[in-house]
This record gives sequence, C-alpha cells and structure tokens, in this order.
Amino acid sequence: MTETVLSGSRSRIPYQSGLLGLVSTLAAALLVGANLVTREPIAQREAEDLRASLAQVVPDALHDNNLLADTVDIRDGAQVTRVYRARRQGAVSAVAYRMVAQGYSGDIVLLLGVAPDGSILGVRVLSHAETPGLGDRIEAQKSDWILGFSGLSLDNPATAGWAVKKDGGVFDSFSGATITPRAVVAGIRRGLELYRAHRRELNDATGSAAPPR
Amino acid sequence: MALSYQCIARDGLWDNNVVLTQQLALCPALAVTGTATNGLGMGLATTAVLTLANVIVASFRNAVSPEVRIPVFVVVIATLVTLVDLFLNAWLHDLHKVLGLFIALIVVNCAILGRVESFASKNTMVPALADGLAMGIGFTLAMVALGGVREILGSGTLFADAHLLLGSSFAFLELVLIPDYKGFLLMILPPGGFLALGFLLAGRRVLMRRAERRALAADPGLSGAGA
Repeated sequence: MTETVLSGSRSRIPYQSGLLGLVSTLAAALLVGANLVTREPIAQREAEDLRASLAQVVPDALHDNNLLADTVDIRDGAQVTRVYRARRQGAVSAVAYRMVAQGYSGDIVLLLGVAPDGSILGVRVLSHAETPGLGDRIEAQKSDWILGFSGLSLDNPATAGWAVKKDGGVFDSFSGATITPRAVVAGIRRGLELYRAHRRELNDATGSAAPPR
Repeated sequence: MALSYQCIARDGLWDNNVVLTQQLALCPALAVTGTATNGLGMGLATTAVLTLANVIVASFRNAVSPEVRIPVFVVVIATLVTLVDLFLNAWLHDLHKVLGLFIALIVVNCAILGRVESFASKNTMVPALADGLAMGIGFTLAMVALGGVREILGSGTLFADAHLLLGSSFAFLELVLIPDYKGFLLMILPPGGFLALGFLLAGRRVLMRRAERRALAADPGLSGAGA
C-alpha cells in the first residue's frame, strides 16, 4: 500500500524537487560538519609539512625561532611573496620563500633558503609536473643537481652565468630535458634578485614579526 | 532477482571487470598507473568510495524517482569523495600525500555512477555491498596489473615506494627487477598506458577464447549453442 502511494507521488514534480533539495541539503550539512571537524587537523598537518620543507633549506642550527610565526610579505608589483625569517638571538640569520617557475608542463614551485649575505643556503622543488624520468631530476631524491646551487649568489657566478650551458651559462642541463633546468635556473635567479631588491626590509631585525596567519 | 554472491564476485573480478570488460574508468586507469603502487592506491580508494556509494544508494533506492536519480547519485558520490578526501587529509596525512592526487579523480570515475545506477538502485544493501567490493577489487587488480606492466617495462622496478602507501612493513614489496635499467620512458608516459591496456585486453581475450575452446572440446554437444 505505502509502496503504491509512494510510487504514485514519486513521479510528481514537487516530490522530485523536494527530494533533490533534501539530498543537497543533507550533503551540504555533512560537508560543513566535516570541514569544521577537519579544518584544525589539516592546518596542523600542513604546517608540519611546511616546517619540514623549510628545515631542508634553512638548517636548524641557524635559528632559535619558529619560522612559521615570523613571516613578512614582500610586494613586487602585483606579486606578493611570503617570506619566513630565521633568527638567532633576534638577528635575522636566514630567510626562506617560495618561487614559481614556468616548467615544461605547468608550474614548478621552488623553496629557496637565502643567507644574509645573499648566498643560497639551499633550494628544493616543492611540486612540479615535469616529465617523469627526464625533468624530474630536479627533485633532490632523484638527482643531486638541485644541491649544486647551495652557496651560489648573484655574484657567483656573475649574472651572465645564471643560465644553462646551452644558453651560455654555467649550469648543466639534463640530456633530453632543457626546458626544465632552464626554468629552475631562471626561477632561482629571480628569487635572488627579489632578495637583493628587498634585502634591507628582510634583514631589519627590529621589523615587527607578522602575526602567524 | 535472485543473485548468488558467487555470481557477483565472478562478475566483478573477471566476467564484467570494470576495466577489462566494461572498459569504464579508463581516465583514472590510464592517468595514474605509471607504477603498480599508484595503481593499488587508486584501486583501494575507488573500492572504498564505490562500496559506500553502493550501500547508501541501495538504502534509499525506493525513495528516488527515476527522473531525478542521476543528479541524486552524483551528489551522493561527490559528497562521499569530498568526505574521504577531508578525513584522509586530516588523520592519515601521509597516505593522503600519496593518494591525494587520485581521490579527486574518483569523482569522474564513471564506473561508480555505473554500478550505482545498474546495480545498487535495483538491489538491497547487502548485495550492493558485495557488488561494490567485488567490482572494486576487480578494478584494483586490473589497475595493479596495468601499473605493474608499465612499471616493469618503463623503469625496471615493481611496487616502488610501496612503503609510502602501505607503511614500512610493506617495504619488502619494492623490487628492482632490472638493475641499472635506463628506463623506457614511453611506458611511463600516457601512450604507454594505452599500449599496456591494449595488450592486457588482448591477453584477456586469448584466455577467454582458450577457455571456450576447452569447454567445447570437453562437451561437443555445446557446439550448436556456441555462437
């Protein structure tokens, strides 16, 4: 009996729109709840991830502060870059920030650690979509190419040298993949230029630490 | 409809396998199977969503009118995928780092909508659960086979980085089959997916043909019925 009543009303428009509305409302409520419950743990996990990658480009020995809590946003045209500052006894001992380079297939996100004298402490690739087996040798796990940048600065090599060998620079490129290393070299160079342009602002020890997020 | 669980299992694993027979879900199947580990991860995540979606839809199938069933099913599946994504990210973060890429892809996995539509909307919850598991495991096996073939030919390893997905106790799965292998890039790139899938499908057909012939030889009376 109920089955026939139900199947009779099921074909009516009000029932159908009511059902759609009910299902969507339930789904939305579930998602809101899940978002509320998971927001805090996810933010925590992401902060841990960021801390772990920062530790790769800024050695722990260089700082006694929490890098995530000491950030400053620098503006370069429309581009805003968040810089994490490492301090030892109040003085800025290193900074770290992300740079985005245009790779062969999409963005290559780099993380740079730079010492106060403008030399590179370390560079890592955070994410990329380069060809596996060719372009992915920019990852530290696949090859130590990216480690070769440590210690370099805009004066070492001179500006003209900041290119792959094929373009007359000093950096090796991989056989079969020129675009990827070219993009990474250009990205690092732009990162160093950004540092040079904002050096004073970044090393200002008295500069108020931006609140964490 | 009388359905034996043996039938359901056989259907999901072989006779009506999502990838090998229905040839559904090829987008995720080809996109992520560069390694056997990736195939396994995608397969497990899909199995979980498929089973849950099947059970949920079967539980209120009588209330859903045929005219609006597709949007209702899509909302259910998309919600499930988002919930799985959020929960994994919050509490199984290391697993999420490996699987995160695939989870969003499950939404576009037509196999799930296909099973919900063709099975769960016509059956009760327990058979729907069995169907979800069987189809999911069948999909997982096909993904691991596809990923395994591509990984062995493409990079000379099998189950590389399995410890990231399954925990360090499964590190023994990681094999280097061809030491000092230069790699065969084609197999890792998308075209390799199509090639490997083509050979898998052909291989399955050869097996089926052979089984048919054997059945004929054993019982010649069937020859009249065979087409």
